Amino acid sequence: MKDLFPDTADELEIGEIAYQDTMIDTVNAIIKKYDHNPTRLMDILIDTQSEFGYIPPPIVAQISRTLNISIVDIEQTLSFYHFFSAKPTGKYTIYLNNSVIANMMGREEVARTLEREAGCKFGDVSADGLIGLFSTSCIGMSDQEPAALINGKVFTRLTPFRVKEIIRDLKAGKRLDEAVVEGLGDGANAQPEIRSMVQNNIRKKGPILADGYKAGEALKKIVKMKPEDVIAEVKLSNIRGRGGAGFPTGMKWEICRNAPGEEKYIFCNADEGEPGTFKDRVILTEYPKMLMEGMAVAGYAVGAKKGILYVRYEYTYLQQHLESIIEGGRKKNYLGKNICGKEGFDFDIRIQFGAGAYVCGEESALIESAEGKRGEPRDRPPFPVESGYLEKPTIVNNVETLCSIVKIINHGAPWYRSMGTKESSGTKLLSISGDCKYPGVYEIEWGFSVNDVLEMVGASDVQAVQVGGPSGTLIGPNEFNRTLSYTDLSTGGSLIIFDKRRDLLKDVVMNFLNFFIDESCGSCSTCRNIPVFLRQKLEKILNARGVQKDIEEMLEWSKILKASRCGLGLTAANPVVTSIKNFRSLYDKKIQHGKDYDSNFDMLIAVKESCDAVGRVPQMS
Amino acid sequence: MSTNGSVIRIIIDGKEYLSRSGVYLIDVARENRIFIPTLCNISGVKPRGACRMCTVSVNGRYMTACTTPVSEGMEIKTNTPDLHDLRKAILEIMFVEGNHICPVCEKSGNCDLQALAYRFQILVPRFPYSFPKRTIDAENPLLVKDHNRCILCKRCIRTIKDEQGRSFFAFRKRGHKLEISIAHHLKDHLNKEIAQRAVDVCPTGALLKKESGYNIPISERKYERTPIGSEIESLKQSVIGDQ
Ligand SMILES: Cc1cc2nc3c(=O)[nH]c(=O)nc-3n(C[C@H](O)[C@H](O)[C@H](O)COP(=O)(O)O)c2cc1C
Ligand code: SF4
Ligand code: SF4
Repeated sequence: MKDLFPDTADELEIGEIAYQDTMIDTVNAIIKKYDHNPTRLMDILIDTQSEFGYIPPPIVAQISRTLNISIVDIEQTLSFYHFFSAKPTGKYTIYLNNSVIANMMGREEVARTLEREAGCKFGDVSADGLIGLFSTSCIGMSDQEPAALINGKVFTRLTPFRVKEIIRDLKAGKRLDEAVVEGLGDGANAQPEIRSMVQNNIRKKGPILADGYKAGEALKKIVKMKPEDVIAEVKLSNIRGRGGAGFPTGMKWEICRNAPGEEKYIFCNADEGEPGTFKDRVILTEYPKMLMEGMAVAGYAVGAKKGILYVRYEYTYLQQHLESIIEGGRKKNYLGKNICGKEGFDFDIRIQFGAGAYVCGEESALIESAEGKRGEPRDRPPFPVESGYLEKPTIVNNVETLCSIVKIINHGAPWYRSMGTKESSGTKLLSISGDCKYPGVYEIEWGFSVNDVLEMVGASDVQAVQVGGPSGTLIGPNEFNRTLSYTDLSTGGSLIIFDKRRDLLKDVVMNFLNFFIDESCGSCSTCRNIPVFLRQKLEKILNARGVQKDIEEMLEWSKILKASRCGLGLTAANPVVTSIKNFRSLYDKKIQHGKDYDSNFDMLIAVKESCDAVGRVPQMS
Repeated sequence: MSTNGSVIRIIIDGKEYLSRSGVYLIDVARENRIFIPTLCNISGVKPRGACRMCTVSVNGRYMTACTTPVSEGMEIKTNTPDLHDLRKAILEIMFVEGNHICPVCEKSGNCDLQALAYRFQILVPRFPYSFPKRTIDAENPLLVKDHNRCILCKRCIRTIKDEQGRSFFAFRKRGHKLEISIAHHLKDHLNKEIAQRAVDVCPTGALLKKESGYNIPISERKYERTPIGSEIESLKQSVIGDQ
């Protein structure tokens, strides 16, 4: 993974980068736009980055002076997020996804072609400064990989041929828009506000994705109800959070409503960073009105007047679209003051973009990030419902949860409970990718078995399914009769399918470990280190140097992560633990038998540097 | 739910204690002469749960004692064999993560990390040393920051600010690349008194004062006289002795 935040100040010699005094005026204007408010530092940095392509030290110093906060407090945010950079990243900055699915769909060839055509390696910028090549974690396009972001624009289904065309076009001075030649995606993707080649791939519709949604229906209904009754209806529906953790939504709203304080906030969590998940992207594209209506319903129920829609950086291509929907909502009086004519029902939404950090999907990290800080999860208690954004009571709900609420209000809790299972009511959107005929978004009732799903998506010869993304579980065929529900296989909706061609340890477990290592916020001693140790062990096993004891130690060391603060650290060993549990034979095949200990010391590697230096060929044996 | 400050009952290691609700568990334990090891907590400063050393079991779940306020009926275990091994593992993590040089370190004998390592009788860490390449930042006229000995406990970040509340220290980067950076542009605001406080608050030898060193002779340093935790536990002894 790239490291654009240099290790020493020397790497930042101003002479070598195109810093100009006029940049100061531009950044001053940006700071002014955000009222000199340090809690809007994220927006200030995002605008600065998009204006110049990087944020050099003199600009950091200027922001520091203007906001009267220490340079190190700006750098801590700047250096935390993947898409901020202190050095230029090329006129065209290409971020190629490095998720397991991208690899399965041919990333390697695409990456090598990019390097050849651009004339630079990954992590570098071409000599003429035209193209920068970088890797990034899953960008939410798993059903159309390999995919990349170029200056924020999404390019999907890349092939070596397409890469050659794109780079040739960029070198010839064409605009990025002109390099998109495949045509535009389906539905709203083709509208002028988006104009993207991204496909929705909606394969199965249920109540949320059904046609015929009329914006405002739920709002018109709730303004005739007492807020307490809205919460009662949500509780009655039994709905639990769709973001992964599964907390009962009605209860969350009730606690927040009862929390002392006048000022409260509603956050919609559209960070969608779990590799293999993309259903929230489809909602943001096709059903943003429903999601915003859900936020307003939440606002009414708990007594909050402000909503923040936190969207991951990877989806900035939807910015204009989302902003125009908010504007439209205001015109129709679904947002703003006295909504639907109800005296005192005020609610408005602002969008907060992230800048590349999976951990920001964790609700308290999301709030920290929206306050302009590093996405470091908070210690709990207090929970956000008591003390969240700016220390005010705050609801954080997933995109899909909020959409489901609108349907619950429209059709009633009993209707909702008639779907799914007793403990898991309603429907779930699944993001399905990997080895299958029909990857895409499926809305199913809770209670489908994995077998049902595999049949539905046209998957055969299946070796394993990763349920719930890297933080979930890797299961094999003997468990495909298990059901998707909060009581059995709980999931935020990511299902990745691996057929028999795949090397689960090398391609899957290793990729997931790297993901957690890249995405840890680093605050806990455990989460910052244990996954790195586990990676060393797995490398040893993959290099045929492992012994039985290594497998046992991996399991032992994984337990230490249970002392971590947030879900990232708590689940970071899941790929290792569940693959050892369910695919032990794969490990047993790779280790050395009849040997208790292997130091993993390799003389050839140990003496390589000195041999290279003196030009000697080591004589072994 | 009890309101903050009301008198509540909790159970620590099988014994019942009275406390006021809302007080951090680590402080309640200390008042009751139960030592829960920590590297990042400073009494009276907003806790941060960074080192994870004070992990205890609260109603069967792992929680950090420094960040958990007590409430009615909590059942807490502070020292099961699992927790003991967990803490030992965390200490070992810190030794292999950085480059620690106890025998020649100025902080030796005054260092919380070293003192806890003795208490937990660490001989060889179970994890491989990572021998990271780290630098020493000596740009500040009063302070030296040795990244090799930093355990990223955030104590300096949380306590040392200038007269306008601006930070001298902050985190930089993330994950296993995380490090502490120093605000060199504020060096004129960092006076001798603040430098001394920074050195005192650092649990290890990662922050040291320039121009003076090794002031306290070996054998007279803090933990050479009273092993870490004993100041809390010895009270326990005397109380039991009194009874
Ligand atoms: C590392 C991590 C990443 C997360 N990412 C997301 C995410 O992208 N979207 C989401 O809705 N919830 C995510 N969550 C769960 C949130 O913390 C939170 O539970 C959720 O947003 C609450 O909404 P819900 O109750 O509607 O599900 C994540 C949690 C962790 C620990
Ligand atoms: S568990 Fe990992 S990501 Fe979560 S707070 Fe701790 S270090 Fe950060
Ligand atoms: S310098 Fe010292 S106080 Fe600061 S984080 Fe490192 S070890 Fe902790």
